[in-house]
Amino acid sequence: MSMMQNSDSFSEVQPERPWAKRPEEVRRSAIKFVVAAVLAMVVVRFTGMAGIDGWALVLLGTIVVATYVAARKLSGKDRKNALVAVGISALALLAFAPWLSILISVVTKGYQALHWTYLFNDMRVTTPDDELNMGGVGHAVVGSLIMVAIATVVTLPLGILSGIYLTEVRGRLTFLVRFIVQSMAGVPSIVAGLFVFTTVVQTMGEYSGIAGAAALSVLMLPTVSRTAEEVLKLVPDDLRNAGYALGARQWRTAFMVVLPTVKSGLITAGILGVARVIGETAPLLLTSLATNGFAINPFGGTLGSLPTYTFSLLQYGTEYAVARAWSGALVLLLIVFGLFTLARRLGRKK
Amino acid sequence: MRVSDVLMEVPEKREMHVTYSRADRIFRRIVTAGALTSLIILGLIALFLVLRSAEVFRTFGVTYITGTEWNNAAFDPTIPVEFSIGPMLVGTIVVSLIAMVVAVPLSIGGALFIEFYAPRSIYKTLVSLLDLAAAIPSLVFGLWGIQVFTNIGIRWSNFLNDWFGWIPIFSVEFENFGRSPFIAGIVLGSMVVPITTSVAREVYSRTPRDLIDTCYALGSSKWGAIRAVVLPFGKSGVIGGAMLGLGRALGETVAVFLVLNLSFRYTYRILDSEGGNVASIIASKFGEATDFEIQALIAAGLVLFVLTLMVNMAASAIVQRSAGKVNR
Repeated sequence: MSMMQNSDSFSEVQPERPWAKRPEEVRRSAIKFVVAAVLAMVVVRFTGMAGIDGWALVLLGTIVVATYVAARKLSGKDRKNALVAVGISALALLAFAPWLSILISVVTKGYQALHWTYLFNDMRVTTPDDELNMGGVGHAVVGSLIMVAIATVVTLPLGILSGIYLTEVRGRLTFLVRFIVQSMAGVPSIVAGLFVFTTVVQTMGEYSGIAGAAALSVLMLPTVSRTAEEVLKLVPDDLRNAGYALGARQWRTAFMVVLPTVKSGLITAGILGVARVIGETAPLLLTSLATNGFAINPFGGTLGSLPTYTFSLLQYGTEYAVARAWSGALVLLLIVFGLFTLARRLGRKK
Repeated sequence: MRVSDVLMEVPEKREMHVTYSRADRIFRRIVTAGALTSLIILGLIALFLVLRSAEVFRTFGVTYITGTEWNNAAFDPTIPVEFSIGPMLVGTIVVSLIAMVVAVPLSIGGALFIEFYAPRSIYKTLVSLLDLAAAIPSLVFGLWGIQVFTNIGIRWSNFLNDWFGWIPIFSVEFENFGRSPFIAGIVLGSMVVPITTSVAREVYSRTPRDLIDTCYALGSSKWGAIRAVVLPFGKSGVIGGAMLGLGRALGETVAVFLVLNLSFRYTYRILDSEGGNVASIIASKFGEATDFEIQALIAAGLVLFVLTLMVNMAASAIVQRSAGKVNR
């Protein structure tokens, strides 16, 4: 109080951010990177390191040198800290590099075979070597959607039940169920395919979409169960207790209080499950195979799917076939990313 | 009666019962049945694989695991029918180990970067990018591997062979370099990275903040804090995540099938364009297999199933134990 009165020229205190980088620090690190980049260019020019990978390696080397030089006046501890920061950033960049490379190549190479009716045509009258403005991926998308839809209808209730068991019922088998779900998540996709082949396909005597859907269900169930459990765990116990206090039975509390609270979360569980299996190739090669034309009967005969479409065209190997395979991969990735964005949006609304 | 008398009177402890109504008992039974489907499916998978492959194991015995022959005698009946997956099994382990050698350092680096080095403003973007990368189908990794990465991989192989060719595993018989276990391992490794990275990141993010701050208060640098607190804290979680990734790598089919040249010969040369993979041999032989051959492939599936199940159970046990440690 008295301080306020004493100081006539009272000025508002600006918040300080002592942890923020000072301008000269920013300038110094910018200079460091520019020097490293120029140095790398010179080295690449004179040694002829090939490709983007050689370039990146040289750049990493020069950045390490530049960091060392810039940190020469610091203590050993701080110098080590600076060098480790460069190393960890390089590792992270290397970890992200394949995905960036995949995204770029899928877009640039998958773009070629796209045309206006690509999503609605099939390959019944088109050979893989025909011009890229013919044929399409429609039959594969339809087949994939049918199988994934069946798998979802079967798996989602089972996954939610398993989630309810782990969070509401909490029976004696809680540990076992959690353990089994974890282990099941690791079942190789081709083993799931073999299992369905020996049971469904050999019993029915023919390949079918329903067999493909069964194989996908096996792979989808652990993902859905685990996500459902995570989501149901988020429901506060107060809500359950409030339900019991109002005289509701356990089943009423579960169905009328707990489940509606996390409705969007459970939909997210389903979406993540779909995203997990829609790109599965190996089990479908053993159960539903592929078609060239539209087929919509899941109970008999082979059924096309996006992964097998891409896979078989890639195996065919000619220039146009491979271009079509990339387009198939592009459509597949677009679907997966679309599903992910949807799941994220639903999750955020809560 | 005085107040203290009332306070002294401790009521006797009552037994607590929960009696479920009939509706609740039915509800609990249905839910339990639903939760046990996973167990039943897992059991059925094991049962059917064992039943359908029993004859193969009875016929070939241990040779099935160790031998190097795969003849279905479809074209030349004079050759004895023989099935065995020795090089495939060894190849699976070799390729997966290469994948782990690639993936583990990258994952630890990536996780540390996202949690401790990346600017806070892009933290959320990086985490969702990580989720997205984990959702890229393995088929796309295979496609990228054979069409894009192989050229780079051949260059690296050339380099390794030129400089380290005196080490037996980097020597080659033919300077071909494409479709080698080395390249397949790196493709598989980049497929596994998102899985291991997200586990590692989650473990690291749960490091108690006060321990890190204590390090800083004692004058430690960022790296000092990470080495003293974060890495030891996350060790078991990262090991569990790595084993989870290993399980995925062992069982992967298309990503390996598309970039690896399968051959029934034991080899230690990882740069040569021949290798083995159990899952891929199932996919490649399945189309034109004879009846008995299909049983042999199912036997291969059983071997793969047991291998991945063991790795995964160990992994989930480790992950659960480290999660329990954190919760306490």
